[in-house]
Amino acid sequence: MENQNLIKMANNIGAFFNSEPDKAQAVAGIEQHLKSFWEPRMRRQIIDYVQQDGTELMAIVAEAVRNLAAQRSL
Amino acid sequence: MIINNETDYGTPASLSANLVTLEIDGRKVTVPEGTSVMRAAGETGINIPKLCATDSLDPFGSCRMCLVQIEGARGYPASCTTPVAEGMKVCTQNEKLANIRRGIAELYISDHPLDCLTCSANGDCELQDTVGAVGLREVRYGYEGENHLDAAKDGSNPYFSFDPAKCIVCSRCVRACEETQGTYALTIDGRGFDSKVSPSQNQAFMDSECVSCGACVQACPTATLMEKSVIDHGLPEHSVITTCAYCGVGCSFRAEMKGEQVIRMVPDKNGQANHGHSCVKGRFAFGYATHKDRITTPMIRDNISDAWQEVSWEEAIEFAAEKLKQLQAKYGRDSIGGITSSRCTNEETYLVQKLVRAGFGNNNVDTCARVCHSPTGYGLKSTFGESSGTQNFDSVKKSDVILVIGANPTDGHPVFGSMMKRRLREGAKLIVADPRTIDLVKSPHVQADYHLKLRPGTNVALVTALAHVIVTEDLADEKFVSERCDTESFAKWKTFVAKPENSPEAMAEVTGVPADAIRGAARLYATGGNGAIYYGLGVTEHSQGSTTVIGIANLAMATGNIGRDGVGVNPLRGQNNVQGSCDMGSFPHEFVGYRHVSDTKTRALFESAWKVELQSEPGLRIPNMFSAAIDGSFKGLYIQGEDIAQSDPDIQHVHHALRQMECIIVQDLFLNETAKFAHVFLPGSSFLEKNGTFTNAERRISPVRKVMTPLGGKEDWEVTQDLANAVGYPMNYKHPSEIMDEIARLTPQFAGVSYAKIEAMGSIQWPCNDEFPEGTPTMHADHFVRGQGRFMLTEYVPTDEKASRKYPLLLTTGRILSQYNVGAQTRRTDNVAWHEEDRLEIHPHDAEELGINDADWVGIKSRAGETVLRALISERVQPGVVYTTFHFPHSGANVITTDNSDWATNCPEYKVTAVHVAKVSEPSRWQKQYQDFSDKQETLLKDRIVAHEHE
Repeated sequence: MENQNLIKMANNIGAFFNSEPDKAQAVAGIEQHLKSFWEPRMRRQIIDYVQQDGTELMAIVAEAVRNLAAQRSL
Repeated sequence: MIINNETDYGTPASLSANLVTLEIDGRKVTVPEGTSVMRAAGETGINIPKLCATDSLDPFGSCRMCLVQIEGARGYPASCTTPVAEGMKVCTQNEKLANIRRGIAELYISDHPLDCLTCSANGDCELQDTVGAVGLREVRYGYEGENHLDAAKDGSNPYFSFDPAKCIVCSRCVRACEETQGTYALTIDGRGFDSKVSPSQNQAFMDSECVSCGACVQACPTATLMEKSVIDHGLPEHSVITTCAYCGVGCSFRAEMKGEQVIRMVPDKNGQANHGHSCVKGRFAFGYATHKDRITTPMIRDNISDAWQEVSWEEAIEFAAEKLKQLQAKYGRDSIGGITSSRCTNEETYLVQKLVRAGFGNNNVDTCARVCHSPTGYGLKSTFGESSGTQNFDSVKKSDVILVIGANPTDGHPVFGSMMKRRLREGAKLIVADPRTIDLVKSPHVQADYHLKLRPGTNVALVTALAHVIVTEDLADEKFVSERCDTESFAKWKTFVAKPENSPEAMAEVTGVPADAIRGAARLYATGGNGAIYYGLGVTEHSQGSTTVIGIANLAMATGNIGRDGVGVNPLRGQNNVQGSCDMGSFPHEFVGYRHVSDTKTRALFESAWKVELQSEPGLRIPNMFSAAIDGSFKGLYIQGEDIAQSDPDIQHVHHALRQMECIIVQDLFLNETAKFAHVFLPGSSFLEKNGTFTNAERRISPVRKVMTPLGGKEDWEVTQDLANAVGYPMNYKHPSEIMDEIARLTPQFAGVSYAKIEAMGSIQWPCNDEFPEGTPTMHADHFVRGQGRFMLTEYVPTDEKASRKYPLLLTTGRILSQYNVGAQTRRTDNVAWHEEDRLEIHPHDAEELGINDADWVGIKSRAGETVLRALISERVQPGVVYTTFHFPHSGANVITTDNSDWATNCPEYKVTAVHVAKVSEPSRWQKQYQDFSDKQETLLKDRIVAHEHE
């Protein structure tokens, strides 16, 4: 899948959770959303992107993806 | 027009709880106060002759046939307009009454054709029956006097004829158009002898405001308004109750048959969703089911450039199964998937997702609800705890304020639209939030109190601004919230919506809606009594579709408008079984009953029942499938009853994805656009050819009954079962009722559902289980499904699709009354008489600026592609906004729509696309290329190797 497509989707998720005043809660929300709705190959690809670059992702999204990677839940 | 055994009581039932006892022809009768004498008599088995009365309409008292004698009362009152009274003594039959009735009948017949034997209503004519009942034997006036027998017949409507020579001017048609449909297209023109039924201003039906709902035809007691199919084929000889396969209203119909031929579809007055009403699609547009384009023999081919080859069912299934197995062997278990259809039954949908999860061994199953109401599922589940609307349709009868957001009920859900209009005529207030001036904004006897004519893409800004007013002006129902909702989330939400940047004044610039209108609408919704919200795809099909659904749920909870009659949050589902297809586990992340695949306990339940190990990770959603196809990791797709090559956005991207795939299996009635990219075609069965159930927008599970043999030889569920067996996953259902039994065993919301119960009750609204054995008309009555209602923050995030110098206009899309979705069905009916092509609606101001005249060809270009349509200059759209429909494949509406999608669900943003519009002289390049491709595919179909040649 195209990275740009996944980045856009991930940032859109981030934009929703961005209004959450508690940043930890926002990051957790993004992380849970990715786990609940993204097929594993999509999650693997966004993790790869964060590990290689990640600059186009919102900070809270990048953090959520890093948390996902740390869980090795794929 | 009654060809069934149902009693017509002449006037509607009274809902009063007070009972009245009277005596009719010596019999004691007890009925609710407000009941007419006519109905009271009918309920005790005494039939009073009548012509202008029918129990779907208010009493009118014009024909005088139903007069009776009442002890102590003067004269001969009409029983239809006379309410019962305690102790009343009524006589319905005596010599005097008989003489009067014969005299009235004599007058009618003196100006009526005496062609009963050759009349299309012979055997189904209330005039004939009534005249027979009163014993008319001669017409003393003769037939030579002035009469209407030469009145010209109007055959302009494709589905029914109007023969004024047979009209008795009973006004039933006029009243049906007013009371039942609410269109007011008919009137009685002239006075006395000159009185006649007039469509609009004495126009032909097709030129009038008539919307062809059929209510007048159904109400007509003679052959004046008659279905052409009855004129052509004669009266039906038996009927079967079934459920319409068009929109999410799910109307109950009597399929009236001659053998296996449908003669007409008549709305069932006992139908719990539609109460005897219909629209032009369900009532008349069923001819597609036997259209010559139906493909009834399975076909296969190796490549999409090859001619199709007809084969037996066994060969086709084997071919498809082998291809799928080979793909999995070569590319991996997750390289294939399936798409279920909201046009198919619950049982069929359940089976397809079961095939994917258990047979294919992955969760790559999705449904066309992905592209319409998936944000409803997400938004309502997150806030209320259940992915469904909260009410039944009848709830609208008790609404005081109706807020319609991004829905066009009179076009998209016309039968419910009529119910809503009736309530509005009774005085309910109306707020419409829509970029277009839809019919509801102003139609006969209906006018919106507020039309919030917002810019496309700004729903969240509007909804949040409404919430701002409710919170900052102390209009919230704090008691309800404290008792029923999560107060912590409420406090956080209050702080958020109260921010100055969410005020109507701040959002007016974003939405284009004046602040005072937003404030007024918010006050009305919060304080006007029972507030009900109805919404449609104008909410969901946005990059913030889920956020708006959440915002709507917030509004309802904050004002206490949830959990009782007259209120609630009501998603108007597009297709007949959108609710059902979602319920049945069609989404890749959840099993039937909205339980996530990662939930160990749920998975164990299904693994035990299905005797197979199941994946715990979500599968690909439809847009993800396309992306995976293009990157080479997704190769095979089984599609039942869905036309993704026309309906999905950014269609060039979709076509590209489909071309990359190695095995596409399409199961459908026709060679739809997706089938042109397919390798296997499996003939589908129409709703008339199978048994099953549909679940409508109010969670009502209604029966679909087989009235004819499947043209292809198999019901759709049988085909899926064959495919499952061929890929190595055994299925052995004998009847769809066994599938429903399995669903009930595995799903808490459906635990009490069975075909026997549906048969007994007519239909059932889920949840239906031990807690709610008779079903659930109103959800969240005592507590929310998730326990406490949860408020969520709804920050407005502008869509990427913004008007710019390059793309200065915003395109929004929708549908119209006469056509349905991709048009595969309605394009193959006479409904094309109303809409034969998709047009681009453009405001006169924009048209003038661009030098565009009505019917000019205009090119519409977005960042995704370009197409050409004819212009329709219309003030329904606001300046800066253009609008089109997507009912015709070569229109290419989805060439223009983009890959933008809802953040939570990937539901496409069909409703906002920045475009450039200019006058052009020829079709777009895409249109030419696609026409060539389509023509080639039609040739490959036409030149197919037929089965006997193959042998």
